Formats: sequence, structure tokens, C-alpha cells
Amino acid sequence: MRRKGVNYSKYGYIFTFPFVLAFLIFSLYPILYTAVIGFTDMKGLIPKPIHIMDNPFQNFKDLLFDNASFRKSLVNTGLLWMVNFVPQIVLALLLTAWFTNRRLNLKGQGVFKVLLYMPNIITASTIAVLFSTLFAYPMGPINSLFQMLGWSDAPIFFLQDKSTARGIVAFIQFWMWYGNTMIVLVAGVMGINPALFESAAIDGANGVQIFFRITLPSLRTILLFTLITSMIGGLTMFDIPQLFLAGGPDDSTLTTSMFIYGQAFKGSYMYNRAAAASMIMFVIAALLSGLLFYLMRDRDEARLKKAEKLKQRNGKAAQAAASEV
Amino acid sequence: MANVQRSGTVNRKINKTIIYIVCIALSLLSILPFWIMFVNATRSTPEIQSGLSLLPSMHLMSNLHVLLDKSFDPIRGFMNSLLISTFATLCTVYFSSLAAYGLVTYNWKLRKPFFTFIMCVMMVPSQASAIGFYQFMYKLHWTNSFLPLILPAIAAPAVVFFMRQYLLATLSMEIVEASRVDGSGEFYTFNRIILPLMMPAVATQAIFAFVANWNNLFMPLILLTQKDKYTMPIMVSLLRGDIYKTEFGSIYMGLALTALPLFVVYFLLSRYIIAGVALGGVKE
Repeated sequence: MRRKGVNYSKYGYIFTFPFVLAFLIFSLYPILYTAVIGFTDMKGLIPKPIHIMDNPFQNFKDLLFDNASFRKSLVNTGLLWMVNFVPQIVLALLLTAWFTNRRLNLKGQGVFKVLLYMPNIITASTIAVLFSTLFAYPMGPINSLFQMLGWSDAPIFFLQDKSTARGIVAFIQFWMWYGNTMIVLVAGVMGINPALFESAAIDGANGVQIFFRITLPSLRTILLFTLITSMIGGLTMFDIPQLFLAGGPDDSTLTTSMFIYGQAFKGSYMYNRAAAASMIMFVIAALLSGLLFYLMRDRDEARLKKAEKLKQRNGKAAQAAASEV
Repeated sequence: MANVQRSGTVNRKINKTIIYIVCIALSLLSILPFWIMFVNATRSTPEIQSGLSLLPSMHLMSNLHVLLDKSFDPIRGFMNSLLISTFATLCTVYFSSLAAYGLVTYNWKLRKPFFTFIMCVMMVPSQASAIGFYQFMYKLHWTNSFLPLILPAIAAPAVVFFMRQYLLATLSMEIVEASRVDGSGEFYTFNRIILPLMMPAVATQAIFAFVANWNNLFMPLILLTQKDKYTMPIMVSLLRGDIYKTEFGSIYMGLALTALPLFVVYFLLSRYIIAGVALGGVKE
């Protein structure tokens, strides 16, 4: 006799098993390993047996308090992310508002989207080398352009000045990613219930009002996703600054990922220091993600939950009081 | 009243004109650097140094010769990148679909915790584990092998997350039940019935996974030290080195060669890629 209800739940474990296995081997174990290395004195080309230092937090202390280069890399990473992300999200939101405004009904949207997204497809390393060649000194395409337009008389050495070098790296990041952000946001707007827009239009809301009162609040989940992915991407920024100027001039475009790479793999083999730096980066990523989640949480929903809890508690208290009487 | 309305339409026309101008300017900004790259790939170094031009010249072949003479092997890099990206993409989409199907279809005890776990893992920057990963691979003697660049692709939390959202919206349990009644095993059902149903989502994620693997520089740079194992982005990084310092024409040529396949694929598939990104925007 066959049992009627076959229990399939074991397949849930079987189907997710490859993922879990690969994650344990290739992600979790390396992270734990990295964390342990951060407490050791592991240096040099040939890995030695693991030896925890007498003062386990020495590497972290050295990095945070005595290593100017590491501190600078943290500041640079934050700075480069801010300078590229703020204009990126503003422009992406503006374009989203334009492209999704049905009253404007822009023509050629498809072409614009394809072109604006294009820089995102091309390999970051190609773009980094391309821009470093475009900004060549004394004669390069950008310098020629500036002279042709009469913006400068003498050639400018863009790549030797700290602020222009940083500015260009941030610009490349911005230029590569605003199209991507825009398309994700447009997709988000498409997912909003059209009835919301219609009723707002009937109530006489104008484009600006609709955007700020309906579109933006409905996009919160997607904005959270964009913020978090962009933040992780910003923290791990590597290709562009590495190949653009290799961190120069004077470490002004050195990012945390480049610092880690430089410590461990560019001839100095300071694995312990690089591992400690990775862990600091990991903690920062976790803290920032948590903060973003907190800031972007659904406030109304949170308030509702709180009120409900309070009500329950009050109810219980009332019940208790009633039973006492 | 009529006057107010007219000024409204005039305003809108002005607005629209401004919007078109901004969009066209941004499009030019997207194209121009690549245009200069392709044009300069056909110009000689003295020509490039004498000023900017938007028209191609005649030195395509000589630039190519200079480039290839100096140990730049784009075909090799291309093949290596193609190999890694293809297999990594296959791993990512197949196993992520499998995990997502497991999450959606079956009712198991750890289902909810597993999903929360995936959400958390999504936020771990991959570089945070690079040192431990390198040491681990070094001990396995897997440096200079493509395996550590392919196998980790099996665990792609963001793709599982996306596939789960897609399945929740499209999968009806009746299909699964019907195939069970017909005597199909669970794996057979997944491979023959569910996976084809998931094709739109699979194609989207495959494009992203492929581009991401193709563009990956950090891990290959750490793991691959033998020249014949170099991937495309490492090849590109060689162009930055001293051997090409004064050969601007061939640097541009090298860049153009590494970007050209992507451009061709992008313009052939642009409609699907854009729609795919749109599909990829997380839905609530």
C-alpha cells in the first residue's frame, strides 16, 4: 500500500545543499581563516604554521593607530564613495522621474537607456586604462580638448594633482554606475501600482508632488537595495583606482581593497596585516548595512508593531488586574 | 483660462527641450570616450600626440603589429576569460535556481532561517575573505588553476534571492504536483519542467553573472601568476605597464580589442539586457 502524503521536505535540504557546501568551503572558511590570520604573525612568502601573537589585537592596533597609509585608505574610500554616489543617485532619480512621467512622454527613451547604461558593461580595467590615457600629459585627448575649447593655455598635469586625481576616479565611478542605478530605479517605478499615480493625478497633484509623495516612498525597498549594493561596491572599490593611478599621487586614490592587495600580494607578503585590514573592512560593512537597514526601515510599520505590542501588554495588564479583583 | 493653458503647454515644451538636451548630452558623454578609443586605435602615436581627432586614420595594422610584438596575447586572454566566465555562469545560474526552487517548493524546518542567512551573506564583501581564500587555495595547490575562480560561483546569494522572488511570482504548485502524479522524480521535474519555465530569469542572471566574471580583476590578479593563465582584465592591466609607455596607438588598440567583443554583444542584445536589468530590479 502506498502512503498518500509523501514527505518531500528532505528535498528542501538536498536542493540547497550545493549552495551551502560551496558557501562553507569558499566563503565561510576563508572568512574565518582570514579572521584568525588577523591575530597571528603570518608573514613571508611561504606560509608558516599558525601562531597567535602574544597580544592578539596587535595587528588591529597597529593598523588603526600607527598606520597612516591604512587610515588614509579608509578616508579615501569613504570620500570617493560619497563624491561619486551623491551625484549618481541624484541624477539617477532625476532621469527616473523624467523617463517614468507619462505626461512628458519622452521619445527615444530606449536609445537613451541603452547609451547611458553602456559604460557599465565595459570592463572596469579597460575603462581605467582608457581614462588614464585620455588624461595623458603633456599631450592627451582631454588636454587637447581643453585647449581647443580655450579652457586652458598650458597643458594640465591632471594625474599629479591630488584633488583632480580623486575627482577623476570619482567621476569614472559615477559615469559607470549612474545608468545602472537609473535602470534599477525605473524598474522599481514600473512595479508601483498604477492606480496610485492615477488617483494622485485626479487629485490634482503635479509632477513634482507625485514624485516626492508617491514615487519616492514606494521605492524605499529598491533604494535600500541600491544603497547597500553601492556601499559594498564602494567599500571594495579596486579596479578603477588600482589601474588608473595605482593609488597615486601620494596615496590620494589608495582604497582599502588596494591597501589589502598591496600588503599581501605586491611583494611584502604581510598576510597578517592584510587580514586584519580585511576584518576591519568587514566590520565597517556590517555596521553600515545595519545602519542603512535601521534608517530605511518602514517607520509606519514599526510604529504599528510597537502600538500592537503595547496594546497586547496593556490588555494583559488589564486582564491581570481584572483577575486580581 | 485659455491663456493659462497655453502658457502651461509652452512651459512643458521648454521643459521637454531641456530634458532632451540633457539626455543627449549624457548620451554623448557615454559615447565619446569609447569613440576616442576606437579612433585612436587607428592613429599613429605622433598623430595622437598632435591633438584630438574624431576621424579615424590609417595606422590600424601597424598599431596591431606593435601591440602583438610585445607579448600581448589578446586571444589567449580572451579564451581564458571565456572559459572561466562560461563555467562560472553555468554554476551560478544552475545551482542558484536549484536552491531557490528548494526554498520555494518544499516546506522544511530551516527554510526561513536559510533565507535570512542568504540575505545576510549577500552583504559580505568578497574581498574581506581574500587573504584566507588565497592561503587556502595555496595549500590546495590551486593557485594558477581556474577552479577557484569557477567553483565559488555555485554559492551566489544575490542570484538565489532574485530567483526566489521570480519563482514566488510565477511558479504554481499544480505543475509540480502534476508531474509527481505522472511519476517524475524531483530532480527530473526541476531539470525538465521548472528550469525551462525559469528561462527569462535565468537569461537575465546569466548576462549579469557573465559580465561580472568577465570583469573580475581582484581574484584572478591574486591567484593567477602564470602568463598563459592571464584573463582579459589582467591583460588590460599590462597595457598600463612600462613596455607600452610611449606607444599610445597600440595601447588604444589593445583597449579597443578588449572592449570590442563586449560592444558587439551589448548592441546585439541591448534590448534584452536593459529589459533584464529592469527585471532584476528587486520587486517588493
